[in-house]
Amino acid sequence: MFPILVFRDTLGLLLLLGLDVSAMMFPVVHIGDIDVSFLFVVMMFHIQIAEICEEVLRYLPVSGIIGLILWWEMFFILDNETIPLLPTQRNTTSLRYTVYAGKVRSWTNLETLGNLLYTYYFVWFLLPSLILLVAMIGAIVLTMHRTTKVKRQDIFRRNAIDFRRTIMRRTTDPLTIY
Amino acid sequence: MLEHVLVLSAYLFSIGIYGLVTSRNMVRALMCLELLLNAVNINFITFSDFFDNRQLKGNIFSIFVIAIAAAEAAIGLAN
Repeated sequence: MFPILVFRDTLGLLLLLGLDVSAMMFPVVHIGDIDVSFLFVVMMFHIQIAEICEEVLRYLPVSGIIGLILWWEMFFILDNETIPLLPTQRNTTSLRYTVYAGKVRSWTNLETLGNLLYTYYFVWFLLPSLILLVAMIGAIVLTMHRTTKVKRQDIFRRNAIDFRRTIMRRTTDPLTIY
Repeated sequence: MLEHVLVLSAYLFSIGIYGLVTSRNMVRALMCLELLLNAVNINFITFSDFFDNRQLKGNIFSIFVIAIAAAEAAIGLAN
């Protein structure tokens, strides 16, 4: 559960930095794939939750203080502009300047990444695709062990059966009832 | 602003190394490995944001790091 929180923290951080595309790639890859697979593994192994719940009460004072400090620091960031009901106020007298070059014609994040990724660095782009293909095949091969009975046909044996001998062996007529 | 994000990434990196070295469970080691790669990604992206505005080399490298991290997490969990 905690890696999910860590990845959500990096997501928020990257959104604050203004990189939207890279920030959107993090949850898609990390949380969506890796954390879900970790959840599957944890569910399969039956890690005992009863042990963890007993020890929570011992850790509560220190972690509670840290949690309260973090919650208190959040109010330094959220000011009255974003959420108009909070009691904090930011000083609005500080000067702000707008960069007008960005408003005339600017690339979006996705455009810049695509501009580089598909033209100059396309070889590096194709190489992780090969690596991911190898990883996919490797994951399938590692989990396909011999105990799973897969019905296969031995083609060579099937071609070698002489049908005259196997089908026409019957000598008694089944329709006659004694 | 820059130094705060870098301190955070260094902090995550050290936590990841500590967890990777002292974990006996393999699932926990894989999670710490993901944490390490995440910290490295934050580092690369902030440096590319502040210094490399024309060619986003750090940003693109972090894309590949994400892809490789996903591949090795899949292989590590299949074991």
